[in-house]
Amino acid sequence: MTHRLVRYDFGERLMHTLAALAYLYLLLTGLAFWTPAFYWIAVVLGGGYLSRVLHPWIGLLFAATVLWMFVVWRRDMRVTPEDRTWRRAIRHYIRNEDDKVPPAWRFNFGQKQLFWLMVFGAAALLLTGIVMWLVASIPGELSAVGQIATLLHAVAALATIAGFIIHVYMGVAVVPGGLDAVIHGEVTEEWARRHHPLWLAQVKSENDARSRE
Amino acid sequence: MPATLELLRISATTAPAPGVRTMPTITKLVDTTTCIGCKACEVACQEWNDLPPETTVQMGTYQTLPDMTANFWNLIRFREHEENGALSWLMRKDQCMHCADPGCLAACPAPGAIVQYTNGIVDFQQDQCIGCGYCMTGCPFDVPKFHVKTQRVYKCTMCVDRVSVGLQPACVKACPTSCLQFGTKDAMLEVANKRVEQLHANGFAQAAVYDPPGVGGTSVITVLAHGDRPELYGLPRDPTIPMAVRLWKGPLKWLGNLAMVGGILGVLVHYVRVGRKDHD
Ligand code: HEM
Ligand code: SF4
Repeated sequence: MTHRLVRYDFGERLMHTLAALAYLYLLLTGLAFWTPAFYWIAVVLGGGYLSRVLHPWIGLLFAATVLWMFVVWRRDMRVTPEDRTWRRAIRHYIRNEDDKVPPAWRFNFGQKQLFWLMVFGAAALLLTGIVMWLVASIPGELSAVGQIATLLHAVAALATIAGFIIHVYMGVAVVPGGLDAVIHGEVTEEWARRHHPLWLAQVKSENDARSRE
Repeated sequence: MPATLELLRISATTAPAPGVRTMPTITKLVDTTTCIGCKACEVACQEWNDLPPETTVQMGTYQTLPDMTANFWNLIRFREHEENGALSWLMRKDQCMHCADPGCLAACPAPGAIVQYTNGIVDFQQDQCIGCGYCMTGCPFDVPKFHVKTQRVYKCTMCVDRVSVGLQPACVKACPTSCLQFGTKDAMLEVANKRVEQLHANGFAQAAVYDPPGVGGTSVITVLAHGDRPELYGLPRDPTIPMAVRLWKGPLKWLGNLAMVGGILGVLVHYVRVGRKDHD
């Protein structure tokens, strides 16, 4: 009954941890530049100057981890017909009436939405961030490019922050075992049945097929 | 350390600025119609501020460099202008305009890196600067210049060190034609308007004072013979803090902060009302 399944292999866990740490650093230093009320964060993290030097480099690391995720999870994150019924029942998911929620594959529709938000968000942040990085070399006639990039960087950051708040809350506080799964990689069969039944069935049939060989 | 009692505005600060000492707004008048392009002001600026020399660039005109640099804060811009078969040389002093409503200061994220004094001078404090370059996006005149080696931004200080002990800026002191003058804003506007009247009488019907209201007026005002076409001198017609910068520092800031606080509150409310997906 307490049979355990591998939900995230080592590569996936490493990738997710790197992305999380990089994002956290970018969020904290970014917030320090965003509002004076949070400038102290930059001071704690080594000073405003260091934070502003490191932010774009960690940004490159973050973009690389998101690209990695895109390569590894792209197929699992494709939106399927089941997701449409899941979306219609999202009320029940939010209210923890999980018996009324249609079964999900490896990732439910909410997780997929976060994934795509982060993929497009990272692309936008990378693009605008690089412009901001090079702002001193933008000629005067093109100054609008730097201005718009700065505005859009903040907009994209805010969009990902919305997703990030919900993502962390769900993983840490709402779904028991969620955080544990992404750190240690394994879940129980019972957990999989509750949260990702279609995925469980798929893994089982794959395992059966393998043991039959 | 800037004079505390004269601080009118401080970048990226949640507390009010401590400046209680009122001072008249000071202003530098640039009368382009009496500028002879001698560059005494450029030299005086370099000398007084003791800045490393810049290698001049041969541009095929009398202009010293294509643009101001982190080491070169005062540039006489030179343009040849032909109209009705007559050639004229348009010289204009490019430097920080010391806006009453400075876009650089509005954009700056580093506490105390940009300050404005009660006399109107806008000053960069490079020791507080983090080198992000936001001021460069905020300035409608493309003034602040990034120093690659120090990774900080520099510009004209209006010789705040001289002005605060009752001296004129070094460029004004050096100008041989009195094309540059220095005094209170009221006094300089009076001189400028009188000069414009003279120019009107002398056939320059479009002469005008350039003191752009879009940035609250500036502490560097310029008399232009072709006042109807400031672009001829490389000056923006109606400069304001760029729209994207105003959106970013205004509505987006409020919306964003509200959304972040709202998101965290929403999650807390959910936790209290609905909570964990318990496994029975
Ligand atoms: C993907 C690559 C990224 C690059 C290249 C990048 C680059 C930059 C740069 C150059 C700045 C200006 C300050 C500085 O020089 O440090 C900046 C500011 C900022 N960044 Fe990023 N960044 C990236 C990702 C992110 C991410 C993932 C976040 C997440 C929240 C973020 C949030 C912010 C915020 C909030 C600011 C301040 C914006 C403001 O003051 O309005 N950045 N970024
Ligand atoms: S001209 Fe540019 S650098 Fe000078 S005060 Fe205005 S915005 Fe700031």
